[in-house]
Amino acid sequence: MSRFKLVLGALLGAAVAAGGAALAEELKVGFVYVGPIGDHGWTYRHDIGRQAIEKALGDKVKTSYVESVAEGQDAERVIRQLASSGHKLIFTTSFGYMNPTMKVAKRFPNVHFEHATGYKRDKNLSTYMARFYEGRYVAGRIAGAMTKSGTIGYIASFPIPEVVRGINAFTLALRSVNPTATVKVVWVNTWYDPGKEGDAAKALIDQGADVILQHTDSPGPLQVAEARGVWGFGQASDMRAFAPKAQLSAIIDNWDGYYVARAKATMDGTWDSRDTWGGFNTGMVEMAPYNERIPAEIVADAKATVAAISAGTLHPFQGPIKNQDGEVVVPAGKALDDGALLGMDWYVEGVQGKLPK
Amino acid sequence: MSDIGIFVSVVLTVISAATPLLFAATGELVAEKSGVLNLGVEGMMLVGAVTGFAVTTVSGSATLGIVCAALAAGGMALLFGFITLTLLANQVATGLALTLFGVGLSSVVGQSFVGTPVDALPKLAVPGLAAIPVLGPILFEHDALIYLSVIMVAAVAWFLYRTRAGLVLRAVGDSHEAAHAIGHPVIRVRYLAVLFGGAMAGLGGAFLSLSYTPMWGENMTAGRGWIALALVVFATWRPARVLLGAYLFGGVTILQLHAQGVGIEIPSQVLSMLPYLVTILVLVLISRDQAKVRLNAPACIGKVFHPST
Repeated sequence: MSRFKLVLGALLGAAVAAGGAALAEELKVGFVYVGPIGDHGWTYRHDIGRQAIEKALGDKVKTSYVESVAEGQDAERVIRQLASSGHKLIFTTSFGYMNPTMKVAKRFPNVHFEHATGYKRDKNLSTYMARFYEGRYVAGRIAGAMTKSGTIGYIASFPIPEVVRGINAFTLALRSVNPTATVKVVWVNTWYDPGKEGDAAKALIDQGADVILQHTDSPGPLQVAEARGVWGFGQASDMRAFAPKAQLSAIIDNWDGYYVARAKATMDGTWDSRDTWGGFNTGMVEMAPYNERIPAEIVADAKATVAAISAGTLHPFQGPIKNQDGEVVVPAGKALDDGALLGMDWYVEGVQGKLPK
Repeated sequence: MSDIGIFVSVVLTVISAATPLLFAATGELVAEKSGVLNLGVEGMMLVGAVTGFAVTTVSGSATLGIVCAALAAGGMALLFGFITLTLLANQVATGLALTLFGVGLSSVVGQSFVGTPVDALPKLAVPGLAAIPVLGPILFEHDALIYLSVIMVAAVAWFLYRTRAGLVLRAVGDSHEAAHAIGHPVIRVRYLAVLFGGAMAGLGGAFLSLSYTPMWGENMTAGRGWIALALVVFATWRPARVLLGAYLFGGVTILQLHAQGVGIEIPSQVLSMLPYLVTILVLVLISRDQAKVRLNAPACIGKVFHPST
């Protein structure tokens, strides 16, 4: 497997190097993806961002990508290959690429690296991620108004802070509209298994959930919601095609603006190492068009919520916030800071079940 | 929803979770009984899934889609057969390569179908019987592939243990030299068994992309081919036990999701292991008679056969 990839990497490197020699002027941008671009989710959205660079900058850039790269040793080889074949800007788009990216960045001080969702930076290594929990907060406002049973089903992947943060933001918003509503969480321990995700949705619906939220990547749960006549939200990209009646909205990853800006900055020499954690205000997070079956005042509330979060007048984690035991952990008048958000490992009041550690 | 309603719904979920495993495992069982170990099940399932989805989308006919899924995965099996039975290559290595090939091929073919849905297979209710409360919806209101999966298990059991051809197939798997010596066409029997295994894996894949979750996504089998392979071994190559194992695995998978939903205080990681643990435990317990296991296991599995040796 790894030898196969090595050969593949070498071939790719050779091809890319050959292509680059002809047009020395253009900026070469490389991408490393953790999944296939056909996942219709996480990697798919990064690839849309790559295409946005090509669209925006035309023949001044040349982009290339390597998909389904395993985190770890393979990743380091692929990143080094891209760096040594003339790529001046390299995006590595999964948390597990953090150390490999760091290592390669030290070896190639003249290449700019951008690592998604990590926290290690260097002179030529930036980090970026998106505040998807803002989108989940908006989803919570809509779900609170739409639910009749007061039970929401939440299909979660792995108990990491990113996912827990989403559950909590959603639950806080849900209960700000509907104070007695509760969230049932089912962990499927995978990012992508359409069948299993769908089965989890079926189990949650059987237990009374009438709105389903997912933090897994396939449209499986939405298809179940559509078939069973309950509501759901799309993940990472607009999944309306799979559930035209059931999808209330979707929380969309949008890297286009950031990718184009960083490519431009590299071209005119203004690139700097920084940490970006963008939300609605940067366009990195977007809500898909709202389902026309949502009453107008609820849509208006959702749009106002987006605007308020974007303007900074509303913080999803504004106190008072109680944990599952009913203790106030964030007092009124205070909001959780980014450090607390990044390490979140507890449920807020309203989430059922125990958080696996 | 009433308690009865929930019960019916849970059983239906279990049935659909078990069906892809049942198809793939029953097919692999026949191949292994003839003495061929094909580790390419996952790849053949993916090729079946993408073919079923693509043909159904383009032609509008799910029947055609299902037939083509079986044929395409059968084509993969033919390739495997050619390499291992005609060119006499190592079966384990070839099977692994077949899986890698299937993953890649299916994602290339499926590229333009990502992000588009398809109508799920229609449910075929048996007139009269489907109206029986509880049992009706559980037994008599499914899509064609679910009926077919159970029929195929019965057909395979009947074929292997009640027909002369089945006896020949088992003889080939147990001792290819002896079967060859008394004039049975070892290679031809194995080709047919491998082709059958491929077609069944294709049907399992088509069930995934046309019924279970009517969509195409890269790698959407998510390891079910490997689970099917394991089921065959733990079921000690007995069709009825493959059926039991597939339904047990599906059942525990669904129950652990329900257990999480009601907030049971067991870590979800442990619950996720349960389907594997329970299935292995039960199948090992019912197959603990070593003599019988040896009797069921095809003695020549994985061995290369050449008439001159």
